[in-house]
Order: sequence, then structure tokens, then C-alpha cells
Amino acid sequence: MEPQIKQEEQEEERSNPQKLLWMFTLATIMKLLLIPSYHSTDFEVHRHWLALTSSLPLHQWYSDSTSQWTLDYPPLFAYFERLLALFAPFIDPQIAHLHNGLNYAAPTALLFQRLTVIASDLCLLYACSRLRTRPGLGLDSWRADLIWVLLVFSPGLLIVDHVHFQYNGFLIGWLLVSVSAVEEGRDLVGGRSGGGVVEGFGRLLKMGFVVGVVFGVAFGPFLYYGQIKAVLSRMFPFGRGLCHAYWAPNFWVFYIILDKVLAVLLTKLGFSIPASSASFTGGLVGESSSFAVLPKITPLVTFLLVLFAMSPCLIKIWREPRPRLITRWVAYAYTCGFLFGWHVHEKASLHFVIPLAIVATESLADARQYFLLSIGFTQRLRKLQTSTSSAKKGDKERSRKGTGGTKEEGGGTLIGWVGMSYLLGLLAVEIWGQFLQPYLLGDRFPFLPLMLISVYCAVAFDSQHGTKN
Amino acid sequence: MKLASFHQFETEKMEKRRRSTSSSSSSSSSKKHDGEDDAHSHHILHRPISPLLCVIVFAVLIRYLVSLHPYSGAADPPKYGDYEAQRHWMEITLNLPAKDWYRNTTSNDLTYWGLDYPPLTAYQSYVHAQFLKFFDPESVALVTSRGHESPLGKFLMRLTVLSSDLVIFFPAALWFVFAYYGGRSRVRREELLWHLSLVLLNPGLILIDHGHFQYNCISLGLTVAAVAAIFVEKDLVGSFLFCLALNHKQMSAYYAPAFFSHLLGKCFKHQNPILKVAKLGLVVLGTFLLIWWPYVYPLKGAMEVLRRLAPFERGIYEDYVANFWCTTSILIKWKRLYSMQLLKLLSFSMTLLSILPSIIQQIRSPSRQGFLFAMLNSSLSFYLFSFQVHEKSILLPLLPASLLALDEPLMFQWFMNYALFSMFPLLRRDQLLIPYVALYMLFALLYYCPFRKQDSSGNGSVNGWKASAMALFLLCSLLLHLIYLTLKPPEKYPFLFEAMIMLLCFSQFVFLAIYSNMKQSKLPSRFVWIDKKKVL
Repeated sequence: MEPQIKQEEQEEERSNPQKLLWMFTLATIMKLLLIPSYHSTDFEVHRHWLALTSSLPLHQWYSDSTSQWTLDYPPLFAYFERLLALFAPFIDPQIAHLHNGLNYAAPTALLFQRLTVIASDLCLLYACSRLRTRPGLGLDSWRADLIWVLLVFSPGLLIVDHVHFQYNGFLIGWLLVSVSAVEEGRDLVGGRSGGGVVEGFGRLLKMGFVVGVVFGVAFGPFLYYGQIKAVLSRMFPFGRGLCHAYWAPNFWVFYIILDKVLAVLLTKLGFSIPASSASFTGGLVGESSSFAVLPKITPLVTFLLVLFAMSPCLIKIWREPRPRLITRWVAYAYTCGFLFGWHVHEKASLHFVIPLAIVATESLADARQYFLLSIGFTQRLRKLQTSTSSAKKGDKERSRKGTGGTKEEGGGTLIGWVGMSYLLGLLAVEIWGQFLQPYLLGDRFPFLPLMLISVYCAVAFDSQHGTKN
Repeated sequence: MKLASFHQFETEKMEKRRRSTSSSSSSSSSKKHDGEDDAHSHHILHRPISPLLCVIVFAVLIRYLVSLHPYSGAADPPKYGDYEAQRHWMEITLNLPAKDWYRNTTSNDLTYWGLDYPPLTAYQSYVHAQFLKFFDPESVALVTSRGHESPLGKFLMRLTVLSSDLVIFFPAALWFVFAYYGGRSRVRREELLWHLSLVLLNPGLILIDHGHFQYNCISLGLTVAAVAAIFVEKDLVGSFLFCLALNHKQMSAYYAPAFFSHLLGKCFKHQNPILKVAKLGLVVLGTFLLIWWPYVYPLKGAMEVLRRLAPFERGIYEDYVANFWCTTSILIKWKRLYSMQLLKLLSFSMTLLSILPSIIQQIRSPSRQGFLFAMLNSSLSFYLFSFQVHEKSILLPLLPASLLALDEPLMFQWFMNYALFSMFPLLRRDQLLIPYVALYMLFALLYYCPFRKQDSSGNGSVNGWKASAMALFLLCSLLLHLIYLTLKPPEKYPFLFEAMIMLLCFSQFVFLAIYSNMKQSKLPSRFVWIDKKKVL
């Protein structure tokens, strides 16, 4: 009996890149099968960027407005699109044509673009393989396998990248590479690859010089052409308002709710309140909504709040930098940005859910947090796709799969009663949105279910945030 | 009982795992986190939430993902494809009385996808039609719904296949795995899971049912359930289930010789053979009577149905099937040279002749493995030699091969390669190239799963020239895939590549038939488990 166990142990201990490759290919199969599934307008956005970057000279990238989907990601992403556009003509030249390609969604275009997402996920594969080899962390193989499963089969990534259509796998892979580099103590590499990540990660890595060089490479050409102002105004669209059309479940949701409640109460009490014409529930992007009672929130306020929320963590890192905990801090910083940021899109929550996956394997409490967050997150994403019922079904399957995957190693009941009631509540909200709402209210309040989900998840996310401190 | 032992096995395994992991984690992680870590790994590993569930959920997920792709004959009027055929049957069964289902009437034009499967398919169509009618009545309205295509309709139709699969094929596969390995104590849990996932994720079956659109999962699922029932000594239940399968798709008759010979052989081993045969006969008759009830009286109705089920007028072969008749027709023009009657006789006698060894083996010494081999051999013989075979019929021999996957992994892999390849032109026509590639990859992944510890007995390895020959054939198949996808055939021979594919697959199927017949004949003549039962 004993020798047999020993042999098994050895086999399990064997660090096995084959396993990762196997899992990744399995995920790739699922991604391939997802090619004909529903895709959002982001598909056209990215197709247009392919055309834009390949047919216009660099200095017009951020000023062109052929389509309403103007380029609003940082330059490195634009270079990435330029690179992808090199391959498009081999499949179908119309894909990267600036004018003829508008709203082009032929099977060839779909195939090509989906394949670019699938191929760019190789970055995630590389990140995963690096995580395994982090030295000095005592990462036993059982735990590394778990991290891999959570990353490679992340339902959030599958839905946002391969159904909804984005390149988050690539970006998060990049982020994880930089995180793992910092953990290993190679700060410069970390700083450099961190610069590539889209949304404000650079602030955490104060490697001035390298950061400067990377930013120089990224923004230099635009500075040279005098386009920097156009670039910045596209990247930071303060005009779009505090909240995105589909509300992200963050702190501002409460703020708006409080405002509404106060407005109603005060009107009842006899004060005259200027009607704000349902500006937040109307789902409009592009107008800076005003509050009825509470003070107006400006971008500066949100920025200060984010900084304030981050400060405990930043100070702590400042005092005793511990490379080991970098993943945790990155996730924390992202959460702060998500909760208090200006015009946050709910998809941004991917960026802290994924790093949390890695942290989750380190202790029970973290695993619980990850489990709840990822479920909430998966459910929330469903509302992105209110147009096709089949896609919804797919999501359900996928979130079930996600649960299955977590359960496999995480254990189903570790979530405790608070978590359980949270999940049940979520189910109730879902049922309301899917079935009861159409019967009871008809076509009125089309955004009510979305709002409910947002509020509900905001409660959950905020409390998660609380426990994380 | 079996489930209990399975669980015990599982916990034992988990216990081992737990010990090994907790020791390694305490040695490697820092002191400060020790307590927490231990509690964590303990918690994780103590609850053996079944990987079984994961396999099942994953199999459902893959089916659903494949179903997002086009079906056969999508947007291709006027005849469309199998999807329209199935939808049309729902329309007919929902709106007409059972007597008229197989009869040419003003509202039932038999030349437009007339019902040509046995009554159980018709009943199944009726049930599914009720479901469709509830959500989308237009899609099953009489006559006006012809060629009906809509996203909702597609979704609902796909759902009917998925639910049939879940209700029939999945439980059957589970039952089979527990029944087959129930008696064997040596088989490890991983092996069992591996086998189950191979059976559930059979790419051919998924592509045809959830891509192309058919309900093979029902008849094949019933067959698997029948096999499982016979393995747990419930022969009467087994023959009842197999009769259901026969009455869902007449193609299930490919297995009939195997069932017949195995059950007969078992009866002979019984103390009172005549009584046992009589019981089995009664069950078979009763089941048929039950299913054919609306057509039994007057007998003319039954004859009408029967004529619909055996469409001899279609000729001995169609398209490019990798069977004997079609392949040899390159040299001998069967259809022109001989009369239909003669061809019928010829194909019947050749089929029977090729099945004979396997039947005799099972009558003389029925055994579990032998039974599965007999199923494989008889269905493969039918595929190769019988009258009017379709490419999709390769699913029938593929099923017993998948049930034998753990005993004969190499054979299964070999077979799967060419079975898939033989359906490649068909699936390509259906625009199912992406799922074809994806599921092919999935099969390869499952077959070479790194989480599965290879058996040291070396069952799956071959040596020397055999391996290189197989590699050569695989290379041929890969090249032909690429040629078929990229090159245009010469004007003079528009079906040149199809013919080449057919030739390659046919040659491999013949090798396979010879191999598996030899395997079956080499099985021990007096199998142990029957004796053991008697002693017990």
C-alpha cells in the first residue's frame, strides 16, 4: 500500500506543463465552439479599430471619426490592433477596409476576429505557466492546478471575450505576467509589462524610469505629431457621466439611490425639487447626469475617493513591501478603482476577479470571497446579452460549469450561510427580471431589472470590499 | 450496492490524497500560514464532490455549444435537410390521427419527408410537437409550416434533442459504466471516469445529433441501457429496452444478431432453457404489440408502415458510403449489372455470412466482453454489406467500440479516426467544419489525458511496423482532409476526393472488422463470471 501511495505522490508532484497545455487546449475547444454565438457591438468596435489603424496614418488614429466607435483605448492597444490588421487581408480584405467594412459581420469576419481573440489568449497561457514556476512560494502542484483551472476556465473571461467580444484574456495575461515578475523580485520587467495594461495599473508600480520609457514608446509618436490632447480626451471621456448605461455595481449606485429616495421624500414633505427626468435609469450614455438633492460628483472627487480608499493598502505596501502579497494588493487596488471610479463599466470587475482567483487558493476565506464574487459577476454579465435567449442559456450553462469547476476543488458548502442567502437572493432577483417583470409590469421600466441586479450586486461587492480590508 | 462501493473507493482515494497534500503543504509553506493552509486543504479535499458531475455538466455544455452551429439543410430550400424532416414529422404527428401518419393523404405528402421510421419515433415526434406548440405554434402548423426556420424554432428543436439526450443517453451510459465495472474490483476510479467521458463525449454522436440534427441519442441510449440491463442479469428488461430501440430506429437491427445470440447462449446455460426463451419471446412480442397497437388492426395498416420502413427502391447504396457495395462499384457497376432482387439476396447473404462467426461464438459461450464484440462485429458487418446504408450509420458500430474503450483503447481510437473522417464530407456540407475540428481535438485530448495514469500493462501501445502503418494511414487521412478543404476536384471527376476518402475509410473498416472478429474468437471459451454466479 505505502509504496503505491508514494508513487502517486511523485506523479502528482511532477511539475507538468503538459497538464496546463491540456487544460488550455480544452478551453480553446470551447472557445472555438463559441464562434457563432452572440456578439455585442464591441465586435464592430474592434473591427473598426482594425480598419482604422491599418488604413490611416498614426497621427489620425485618435482624431478620426468615420464611425461612432472612435478609438478610446491607450496607444499600445492601438498598436496591437495594427498588428492584427496585418493578417486580416489574408482572410477577407473587406474586414480592414475603413469605409466598406463598416458593420461588416460576414462569417469570414467573425471567424477572423474570434480567432484573433483565441490566439491572443496565448498570453494568458504564458502567464499561467509562469505562475507555476514562481520560486520560493511553496506552491504545491495541487494548488497550482487549481489556479490553472480557475484562470483557464474562468467563466467571466469566456463570456466577455468569446461571447461578448473583447481582448481581456490578453490584457489580464499581461497583467499576471507583470505580477509574477514583481513577486519574483524583477521589478523592472513588472513595470514594463504593467504599462501595457489598459486601465490605470501603472500607478501601482512606481518604477519611474521604466514606466517612463514604456509610456514614451506608447505616447511618444502621438506627442511628436501633437496629437496627445486628442488621445487623452478619447481615453478619459469625462463627458460620459458618472455611471455607465448598464450600471456597474459600485458605490455610486447607493449614492444615486439615496438621491432618488431623498428627492421623493422631500417632494412629499413639500419642498420643490427640480425633476431630473429619470436620467440614470434611462440608460443613456453621453450626458452628465445631475442629482436632484445631493451634491454633484465631479471626476476629481471620484479620483480622490479612489486614492483615499487605496491609501491603507498603499501605505502598507510602502512600509513593508512584500512581493508575495502583490497579487492581493493589485486586486485590492482594482477593487477600489471599480467601486469609486468615474464611469466604470461592469466588465472592469474582471480585472480584480481574476487576480483574486490566484489569491483564492491561498486560504479558505479568500476562496469563499472568490466563489461569491465570480458567481455574482457571471450572473451580472448575463444582462449584457438581453437580446438573444440562446446566449442566456449558454451563460447559465457556463456559470454552472464555473461553479462545477470551483466546486471540484473548492468545496460547495464552504460559502456559509451569508453566502448562501446571497446566492438565493440573486436567484430571486434573476427570477424577477426574467419571468415576473414582463408579466407584472409589461413594458414599463425596462431598466428596472438591470438596476435591481446592480443594486443587489453592489451590496454584495461592497461588503466583500469591507471584509477584504 | 455498486454505488456504495464506488463511494467507498472515492473516499479512500480522497483520504490518500489528503494525507499526501497536507504533508507536502506543511513542509513547503511558511510557518505563519500553516494552520490556515491545513484547514483549507482539509476542507477542500474532504468533500469529494463528484468529478462525475463535472464530466456530465461538461458533456451537456459541449452539446449545447455544438448546437449553436448550423443544422443540416439550413436555409436551403426546397427540400432542406434532416432538421426539416424531423420538424415535418412533428407537424404531421401533431395534426393528423395516428392512422394517417404513414399514409399518403392530401395533407400528408409522403414524397416530402414522409415518415419512414418506426412508430416510437412518431410518438417521440408527437411529444416534442406538443412542446413546440406551446412555445411556438407556428413552427408546427399543418402544411403552412413547411420549411419553417426561426431562431426560436431552432432553439426549441435543439432543446428537444438535448433533453432527450439527458433523459435517455446520459443515465444509460452511467448505468452501463456501473454495470460493466460493478463486477471488476481492479478498475480504478479514474479509469471509470475516463471511460464515461469517452462514451458521453463521443464526437460522432454529438456532431450528428446536435450539429446535423437527429435523435440517435434515443435509440443508441436505449441500446446502451439494454446492454446494462443484461449485464446486471435483468434479461427481460434488457430485451424490452432493445425492442424500444428497434422501434425507434430500424437501424438498431444492426445489433439484433448480437442480442439474439447472446441471450440465446445465456438461455442455454440456464437450468430451464425453454421457459427462459419463452419468457423473452413473450416480452418481445408484447413490446412490439404495444408500440404497433394503432396499426395492428387491420393488418393492412401494419404492412403500410413496414413498406415505409424498408425503402428498397432507393437502391443498394447512396452517395459515397465507405461500405463494400459503394467502394466496389468503382470496378463493378452493381446497379446496372444486376436486378434489385438479386442484389437484395446477395447483400443479405453476405451480411449474414460475415456475422455468422460472431453469432456462433456468443451462442456457445456468452460473455460480457464477447457480447460487446458481437455488437461491434454485427453492426460493422451490416454497415459494410447490407442494403441501403447511410454514412451516418457508422455511429452504430462506433457505439459498441466506445463501450469497449477501456478494454481496447487503441481500436477505439483507430475506429474513431476513420468513422469521423467518413462523415467529414457530410458534415462539411452542413457547415459544421468548426465543431468537427473542435470535437476531433476534444477526442484527441480526452484520449491522451495527462490526468489519467497510464496502465502499465501496455494495453494501448503497439510496436514496430504496426505503429508506423497506422501513422502512415493517419497521415493520409490528414492530407486528404486538407486536400478536400483546399483543392477543387478536376472537372471530369467531381467526386474524386469523396471517392478517395471512401476508399481509405473502407480499407480501415475492413481491417477493423477482421481485427475485432479475431479478438472475439480468441476470448476464453468458458467465461468465468457465469460459473461464479452459479456458485454464488
